Amino acid sequence: MRATRGGCVSARPEPGPPLWLLTELTYRCPLHCVYCSNPVDYTRYKEELTTEEWLRVLREARELGATQLGFSGGEPLMRDDLETLAAEARRLGYYSNLITSGVGLNERRIAALKEAGLDHIQVSFQDSTREMNDFLSSTRTFELKRRVAKMVKAHGYPMVLNVVLHRLNIDHVGQILDMAAELEADYVELANTQYYGFAYANRELLLPSREQLERAEGVTNAFRRRMGERMKIFFVVPDYYANRPKACMNGWGSVFLCVTADGVALPCHEARMLPGLEFANVRSRDLRWIWRDSPAFNRYRGDEWMREPCRSCPEKGRDFGGCRCQAYLVTGAAENADPVCDKSPHHNLIVEVTARVREGTVNAETKPVLLYRDDETSRALAGKSKTPVA
Amino acid sequence: MSEDTVFELSGHYRFQWEPAQSAYVLLYPEGMVKLGGSAGEILKRVDGASPVSAIVADLERAFPGVDLTRDVTEFLAHARDKGWLRVRSA
Repeated sequence: MRATRGGCVSARPEPGPPLWLLTELTYRCPLHCVYCSNPVDYTRYKEELTTEEWLRVLREARELGATQLGFSGGEPLMRDDLETLAAEARRLGYYSNLITSGVGLNERRIAALKEAGLDHIQVSFQDSTREMNDFLSSTRTFELKRRVAKMVKAHGYPMVLNVVLHRLNIDHVGQILDMAAELEADYVELANTQYYGFAYANRELLLPSREQLERAEGVTNAFRRRMGERMKIFFVVPDYYANRPKACMNGWGSVFLCVTADGVALPCHEARMLPGLEFANVRSRDLRWIWRDSPAFNRYRGDEWMREPCRSCPEKGRDFGGCRCQAYLVTGAAENADPVCDKSPHHNLIVEVTARVREGTVNAETKPVLLYRDDETSRALAGKSKTPVA
Repeated sequence: MSEDTVFELSGHYRFQWEPAQSAYVLLYPEGMVKLGGSAGEILKRVDGASPVSAIVADLERAFPGVDLTRDVTEFLAHARDKGWLRVRSA
């Protein structure tokens, strides 16, 4: 508790601005990636916000101080009002980022988006080979993505090339980096899969071994030394192999605000799965109330909510107890310490998974098939929603 | 760098004032640098036309009584090494 200047008592400090606004414009997507971070029951949420509603979201978040804007999805190019939204974003002073599979981008649209003032395009690849790219996304999109990447550069956009890493492609990191250099990417994100959504359902088939991870890091570091400043490479490690949790979202309700296709405002794109929290819809509440005052956004702010070992941990100001969604998925309670922390009493649940991966016993005793992100799978998994899916 | 060097913002960066943070910021793909007061005052004057000497002179008019040459050139070198600025070719 702290006294404010007016003499009133406030239970917590005023939150800072939501610097990052991620708009998941649609859950529609032509790809079917096995590690998709969309909710596994996405087929339930069909009623997308209208153009007018999205424009209001952009204005309200900008008033709260949002500066970075992500157009994401699903595949955001499925929205034919993307150009309108990009123009408003520019007018409001956002730095706007299109996060795309590339499917749906053509000369006409890329020129219109440039004209509207879109600042940057992130193109995802699944792998450096056509076979694996197309296998993992369950589409034939590899050649198309290469054409799109060239188009992005030809139109003078900065380009981030994003590849989600996992057991099936992590050994190709050298070739992936060669491809990124050939396509003249300005930044490369080698993002190891985070295990939520479809990726959690496929976790034991996607998690690389520690040896694979170390090899990939070695290859990446050597490449970095060779490329210098020409291409910046980010390597996101899978936290299952860490002994401290990531500072997820830099803290709950701290800098990140996500609005889903159907208008629900979330403190991270996975938070919708957490039970007992009511996330408001931008159709019925304004973002100022949602961000500053709504019970859900305040639920895990600060450290009052923490249990041991987090509550008395000297590192709680650094990692905020890790990720609430991972704590819930693995331990059953979002208030628990993120189980990747080796101080967590549930850390064994992570160790058991990595041990099965190391011993190669995964396929025999757990799911033998990869689940693709498609409508049929989503409807099947929706029956089990609000409970862990694997 | 000499006093005649002309800097401009690198292609992927945008420089602007953010009222919510009471600070100048540099924005780039999926990232932001929040600038301190003097860094903001210097970058505000980097326009792709003014040489270093003109930026120093303008700052010394705005903040009289101090020799700012060294602070300014050190920051500009730092900003160039970070990739925020590039030297404008003649």
